[in-house]
Amino acid sequence: MSIPLFHVLILAGILFALGLGCTVAWRANVIMMLIGIEIMLNAVMLVFVGASAQWGAADGQIFSLMLMALTSAEVSLALAMVVYLHRRKQSVNTDDFDSMKG
Amino acid sequence: MEAILFYLLAAVTLVGTLCAITARQAVRAIVYLVTSFFALALIFYLLGAPLVAAFEVIIYAGAIMVLFLFVIMMLDLGHPEKMQAPRLADWWPALLIMLVITGSVAVLAVARQPQAPGGFTGISVRQFSRALFQQYGAAVEIISMQLLFALVGALYLGRRR
Repeated sequence: MSIPLFHVLILAGILFALGLGCTVAWRANVIMMLIGIEIMLNAVMLVFVGASAQWGAADGQIFSLMLMALTSAEVSLALAMVVYLHRRKQSVNTDDFDSMKG
Repeated sequence: MEAILFYLLAAVTLVGTLCAITARQAVRAIVYLVTSFFALALIFYLLGAPLVAAFEVIIYAGAIMVLFLFVIMMLDLGHPEKMQAPRLADWWPALLIMLVITGSVAVLAVARQPQAPGGFTGISVRQFSRALFQQYGAAVEIISMQLLFALVGALYLGRRR
């Protein structure tokens, strides 16, 4: 292993910034917001795996696995919500869902 | 050798993600993102995590991205005229956030010299699963319950009324 942890952290930081930018820039579209969240969670997983490689312990990899399970649960619920919203208003634009009537 | 491969893969990941967040169509964004996730899986392998790399390919690029693609196709969102691309006025807060984060990362990168990595060769599947099921057994149970709750919630949201 000849990759310094610092460079892994730089890559993860830039990836996180890209994901955050995607979520903020596409705030009118639910699907692209979810994609931005995926990118951010991947950056976090990269940090965990890099730290696990730096200190030679399995804990970081285990937590990245937990993060993956969490992401799949989150995506399944969020996409079910997208299908539900699309069935109600035929749109995935967040501006169409600005009323709070139940 | 490993370092050169890492920098190449990091470039592929960054370019793929950048193309994904600026793509005009959701389907193209998904395909760019799959490319980026494959490169990221190889980075995980280089960092001594073969199991996480395999799960990245199987679960992220295989299951989650296909789920996105499935929903896009099912709701017929693939047309570019249906997806409102963000205008320049929508981009500048995002650009500001990206600039602040990248700038602070760059400042940190200039200020600190990278320390030499220790002699680490990777964690085998045996070590990984031993730690997972002996040390973190409770976490596995909690995650399984969380997946069950997500399943019930998705069923509730998806039922016809």
